[in-house]
Amino acid sequence: MPTEEAIVKLFYLAAAVLFIIGLKGLSHPRTAVRGNLLAAIGMLVAIVVTLADNRIVSFQIIVSGFVVGGLLGAIMAYRAPMTAMPQVVAIFNGFGGGASALAVGAALEEALKGEWIEELTVQFTSSAAGAALIGAVSLTGSLVAFGKLQGLINERPILLRGRHVINSALVLICLGLSAWQVVGFTPLLFHADSQLAADLDRAAFPPDLRQAFENHGIALSGRLSVSVEEANKAWRITDSGNRETYETKRQGDHLSIHSHSALPFWIMVVVASILGIMLVIPIGGADMPVVVSLLNAYSGLAAAGHGWVLNNSVLIVAGSLVGAAGFILTALMSKAMNRSLANIVFAGVGATVATEAESEDIYAGRVKAASPGEVAMLMEGARRVVIVPGYGMAVAQAQYAIQDLTNLLESKGVEVEFGIHPVAGRMPGHMNVLLAEANIPYEKLKEMDEINPGFRQTDVVLVIGANDVVNPLARNADPSIPIAGMPILNVDQARSVVVIKRSLSPGFAGIPNPLFAADNALMLYGDAKRMAMDLTAALKEI
Amino acid sequence: METFVAALTIFVLALFVGFEVITKVPPLLHTPLMSGANAISGVTLVGTLITSGARLTTLTEILGFFAVAMATANVVGGFLVTHRMLGMFRRKQ
Repeated sequence: MPTEEAIVKLFYLAAAVLFIIGLKGLSHPRTAVRGNLLAAIGMLVAIVVTLADNRIVSFQIIVSGFVVGGLLGAIMAYRAPMTAMPQVVAIFNGFGGGASALAVGAALEEALKGEWIEELTVQFTSSAAGAALIGAVSLTGSLVAFGKLQGLINERPILLRGRHVINSALVLICLGLSAWQVVGFTPLLFHADSQLAADLDRAAFPPDLRQAFENHGIALSGRLSVSVEEANKAWRITDSGNRETYETKRQGDHLSIHSHSALPFWIMVVVASILGIMLVIPIGGADMPVVVSLLNAYSGLAAAGHGWVLNNSVLIVAGSLVGAAGFILTALMSKAMNRSLANIVFAGVGATVATEAESEDIYAGRVKAASPGEVAMLMEGARRVVIVPGYGMAVAQAQYAIQDLTNLLESKGVEVEFGIHPVAGRMPGHMNVLLAEANIPYEKLKEMDEINPGFRQTDVVLVIGANDVVNPLARNADPSIPIAGMPILNVDQARSVVVIKRSLSPGFAGIPNPLFAADNALMLYGDAKRMAMDLTAALKEI
Repeated sequence: METFVAALTIFVLALFVGFEVITKVPPLLHTPLMSGANAISGVTLVGTLITSGARLTTLTEILGFFAVAMATANVVGGFLVTHRMLGMFRRKQ
């Protein structure tokens, strides 16, 4: 291959290597910052070396795109509060998927004009269709995920009757349209006199044909060429000045002139966008982490498909890397919830919420409320306290109040640790990020498997805004229970459990929690931040 | 066909690498991981540069502009957000 191309490919290889090393750096907090930086440098290398490629003639679009996109990305990244991280990641992900879809569409449009690549292969068109399909689904799916996480759309699953049938139909329509585009869509423009075939067969453009084009509103340029596809049957007219290609066929006693169109492709993109919405709308807030991770994998695949279209190695490598990473992470998260991915994506869990009457059976007369003063006395005598945070802590922005409480407890000689369930919060590691923001050292943040054995030796567990992850019903094998089989934090094994919650309303699984009615449990009703502050104040007075 | 097989080879190998790298990340870092991987998927920006830089039709220019802008937001925002998240992990003083 020419040296220039080889050099570019070598730089692409370097970028891919930097991406891999970067992702690897994320395996420990000490190397994570450096890992992110290395990946960013890899991206810079790939971008710079691409811009130096002499196929790029016009920089206006690129510079304006850089400015608009860069500002948008930077502003969103720094203005968003930490509790909004999941939806920010979701929306950036959607942008990437959408970018892939638009870019392959543009590439297809150009290829149809015969200018850019020599031959429109099946590989080219089908990769373009595939990338656009996945990219469009990723774009709209991510926007819906953003809406649900941001509270703009109802967080509960919105179930349409017959949605599986509708979605299957949408997929089939997308595949059909893609196949149509691959085969070729050449809409008829007009008919012409078959006498003109004589000129065409000599690969010459008949002067009368120009008038015929003009009669139908098409002004041809002066740079025309004709190629014979099949003698006396089919010809191709290329207008280099306007960058258009026309197919001409003999139909009995006249000629038909066709243009190339990417219409099936674009309709497919619209249908795929609808599919994206349909796939994410039926999923509830608690399952969003899995969905965001899956959508992340999709945009990785869309980028890989984009790379397949342009035959670009760094796109294929990095896209596949992200696709694989996304799928693995999604599988890990499904496993932590002990639910299959199919169940999460298709089953509409959490749509039915336990009624007051159903919950009454479990709670009736057995739920004990306490005041901050009483809980403070309970904690004062404790040697070991474990704090279990949940989404409620994030919503109340209580992490700093928790930090104050933790510091106070530790100054009194109490051992304090945090039990983080794998799917607590809106994204894996969400709780960790919030607590880290409050300067809580990451050694205190224990994973579920690490902290579970220690609950029997724990005096007080403080459950803050968490519900399903500490629900003993999960130990039940009854399949009618949405969270059956999900591994939980065994807080009921501790001496006392204090639950900070605004009310007895169900969590995202929509079921009541027998933990609240347990003998060793106390409810501290109120906002997480308010209650944490009250507890701290009460503890100071003792 | 040759390019297809070459691309397929790269794809399969990258899948294996992705698998190996991801299974070693502790749940502690799952959010920055998702954010970082998302930033890397913005590499599609490279492809958008090639398409929109060739100065072709108006339609391509419009598509290209949006593609570049969206991909840039993905890249810039993604790396910045990941950096912001990671900066917060501290050792016990």
